[in-house]
Amino acid sequence: MYIEGRRVGVENALIPARAAPPPASRLAWNRLDLLWVVVGVALLGAGMLKSQGAFSYRWDWSSVWPYFVKTDSLTGQWAPNLLLQGLMTTLRLALWGMLMATLVGLIMGWMRNHARLLFRMVASGYVMTVRNIPPVVFVFIFVYFISNQFMPLLALDQRVNALPVEVQSFLSVLFGPMELINNFFLGLVCLSVFSGAYVTEIVRAGLNSVPRGQAEAARSLGMTNLDIMIRVVWPQALRNVLPSLTGQFIQLIKDSSLVSLVSIQELSFMAQDVQVSTQRVFEVFVLTAVIYFFICFSLSQVFAHLERRHGREH
Amino acid sequence: MTTPLIDVQNLNKWFGQQHVLRDIHLKINAGQKVVICGPSGSGKSTLIRCLNQLEHHQEGLIYFDGRLVDKNQPYLQEIRRDMGMVFQQFNLFGHMTVLQNCVLPQMRVLGLSEKLARERAMQLLERVRIPEQANKYPAQLSGGQQQRVAIARSLCMQPKVMLFDEPTSALDPEMIKEVLDVMTELAQSGMTMLCVTHEMAFARRIAATMVSMDQGCLVEQANPEDFFERPQSSRTQTFLAQIL
Repeated sequence: MYIEGRRVGVENALIPARAAPPPASRLAWNRLDLLWVVVGVALLGAGMLKSQGAFSYRWDWSSVWPYFVKTDSLTGQWAPNLLLQGLMTTLRLALWGMLMATLVGLIMGWMRNHARLLFRMVASGYVMTVRNIPPVVFVFIFVYFISNQFMPLLALDQRVNALPVEVQSFLSVLFGPMELINNFFLGLVCLSVFSGAYVTEIVRAGLNSVPRGQAEAARSLGMTNLDIMIRVVWPQALRNVLPSLTGQFIQLIKDSSLVSLVSIQELSFMAQDVQVSTQRVFEVFVLTAVIYFFICFSLSQVFAHLERRHGREH
Repeated sequence: MTTPLIDVQNLNKWFGQQHVLRDIHLKINAGQKVVICGPSGSGKSTLIRCLNQLEHHQEGLIYFDGRLVDKNQPYLQEIRRDMGMVFQQFNLFGHMTVLQNCVLPQMRVLGLSEKLARERAMQLLERVRIPEQANKYPAQLSGGQQQRVAIARSLCMQPKVMLFDEPTSALDPEMIKEVLDVMTELAQSGMTMLCVTHEMAFARRIAATMVSMDQGCLVEQANPEDFFERPQSSRTQTFLAQIL
């Protein structure tokens, strides 16, 4: 037998295996990178020298700290102040928002793939509406509609007031101060309906990413539709869309600042409050940004860990 | 005469305007091995997918084990359970190990305990000669190994008939034999089998009845000797000439 003009046969000795050449390093710094950094720093320095006088901001962090934790004037005990209260509300909005957006997304995503035309129309109408309206406009319409038309019907605060004190204090751990429950609920529903539309699309993409044969095989074994969904299709769909879902959840946390527009007292709202009373715009918002960054960054780390565990290595 | 295990009467199916199954009549007795062959697009796969209602037919009757097979029957899941099916693309559940693939349906459909399901799964994995791969994921196996797992998974449900939909068509040539060997053993054990396949040597070895299809019609039904040596229909002759 001849391969590329060379005779290959049993009598030829095998070419011994050799070690692979070292991989080309793309992570290490080289001289060019160093040059770029030097040029960048030089330009920045020159700019700062020129603008001296124009750019002279006196940082004053000390006036901001008390808005995290205050000392109660009566009891002398420490208590969370506006910023920390706002942070807690943001965290609660984020947590419940993720759960509710996922629930909405699962139901609507399932409906978008449903054989029944009505279901498909409802779900795609929902997604189209949310996707094609600016978030701020959506928040205003949605919140004022719900708060005027729906909340009186629900009378959430009155129902909560009727509950025993222990139950109320338990609920306040989950949902924040009970006197603000209407306010919180409003923000939560708004955020969930808004983000749910995007989760819907992710769920639909996930369901479509699982080959039809998977469900067919399960069906041929006699499994029920519910079992097929829960045991076979959804786990694989979730694995395929985990990265997009991470992105959407981080987006949800950032979007939670939108409901500050309608006086939901979360971190951004409180930050504006504190900014007004302290007049320290940069300090307050830089801190707020740092807090948001750490929440979102930690969440992305959690999901990165999940991805490594349940990822596509199989 | 005993009633056949599968009795297909006057089956018709359309995909949109396309008439893909035309007046199919087919009887399969318990223990009988039937091989369906024919050019691609002739309706072979659609026919066996109608038997367990992965496709729904529009006209005609299908009886399985004395019961009418229909998409609206409340016992459709029992019928599917009793008809094992092996697919061209294996369709093992990608997020589960080989063992879990065999255990899950036993627990969810047959209601067995996990312990018992594992035992039976291991027995069947031994029967298809891959017990050592039990804790691997499908993507870590070769096509031939995956297909043998798929056969074991179907057998876990203790089916009364096994339907094979071109089980070796997606395999590399060197893996076809290991799958056909398992199928031959299954045939020898007395299992009722209905195979769509292009492996004519295998068909000749196991089949009691050869069926050929063309353009949605069942054109010939005969024992292997007559089918291969003295095919009556010109379409069968053309098909055999092309692939033998």
